Amino acid sequence: MDDPYTTLGVKRDASQDDIRRAYRGLAKKHHPDLNPGNAKAEDRFKTISAANELLSDVAKRARFDAGEIDAAGQERPPQPTYRDYAEGASGRRYSPAGPDASGWNAQDLGDMFGSMFGGDHRGRGDGPARGQDERYSFTTDFLDAVTGATRRLTLPDGRTLDVKLPPGTSNGQVLRLRGQGAAGWNGGTSGDALVEIAIAPHPFFTRDGNDVRLELPVTLTEAVLGGPVEVPTPNGPVRMRVPARSDTGTELRLRGRGVPAHAGQDAGDLYATLRVVLGKPDAALETFLQTWKPEHPGNPRHSMEANR
Amino acid sequence: MISIDLVLTLVSGLQRPDLERWIVHRLVLPDSTAGGYVFREVDVARVRLIRELRDDLLVNEEALPIVLSLLDQLYEVRRRMRELGQALGRTAPLEVRQAIASQLTGHIEPDL
Repeated sequence: MDDPYTTLGVKRDASQDDIRRAYRGLAKKHHPDLNPGNAKAEDRFKTISAANELLSDVAKRARFDAGEIDAAGQERPPQPTYRDYAEGASGRRYSPAGPDASGWNAQDLGDMFGSMFGGDHRGRGDGPARGQDERYSFTTDFLDAVTGATRRLTLPDGRTLDVKLPPGTSNGQVLRLRGQGAAGWNGGTSGDALVEIAIAPHPFFTRDGNDVRLELPVTLTEAVLGGPVEVPTPNGPVRMRVPARSDTGTELRLRGRGVPAHAGQDAGDLYATLRVVLGKPDAALETFLQTWKPEHPGNPRHSMEANR
Repeated sequence: MISIDLVLTLVSGLQRPDLERWIVHRLVLPDSTAGGYVFREVDVARVRLIRELRDDLLVNEEALPIVLSLLDQLYEVRRRMRELGQALGRTAPLEVRQAIASQLTGHIEPDL
């Protein structure tokens, strides 16, 4: 039998108030009726109660301090706790449904066994209930999202879903697939599958709403003299003319070559931003530049110097 | 037959007006007879619990009904769980019980 002072965590000269406070604190934590099914709490509570029984009684405490009785000396046979009755048949007297409510009804069985017969069905009554919506995420190619596509999504449970991406699908858009969620209950309709779309980045296209942008490398000759180039677009390559006297940063627009027209929106445009690429070293070009006198000598870093 | 007087001696620290008030507020439900209230053992245990909740755990009188209601719901669930377990024990074949046990514990039980 433990020392009752140690059990309550108080000093030997603790006041009766200290003892009462310590007991209340421990009782709150270990009361068996607040810890059903926790045998350790019950044992602990018995020890705590016995210690309190002894120390809260000034006369008994004095006899214990004087060594006349040991810690177990005055322990009474344990009284049955409320729990001993509450979980048994006699506890039905205080059932929330009333003492005469008889055992189990169909809904109770449904609550407990429903998941055995097809899926979760939280929060429904006895009547038909719609199945839960289920959320999935799906990462799609950039071009599929721009032009629209049907892709097959394999669910964690092995089912497959055909996801129809409309043209112009945007990143983070949620597609609702009616009836593809969890099965309904008691004849209720199935829930929906909600598929959140993530769009993987493309090596050279970027989206800007319904417009598509890309950086188009051109040769020095194409930039200076102009000429026909082939430009990739989401719907396949298109030939266009680079105007003469273009430069890095020149922006060309291909009308209607962005996201196709969809859902009442006009087709977006494709913006190609030129980037002049010199390519491999060229002896003739170097010779030419050594003798070249620019018509308009200028400093392209002028604006940076002005800001210094 | 447990009378109200006997309850008052069985539950230490209990005052008659408190018990009478708890009965009026239907926190305790003894049977009413011509000879007065008759308590069952479950009622006595409940009175003891209410007194401990109030005096040792400092649940004040206003909060007692909600605390008891939550406890009643908890015990209802546990009683049903126990009944379910007993029903399964009496009716389900061994392999079904083992399958349920392994489903609940998340691992396969060794064959018994």
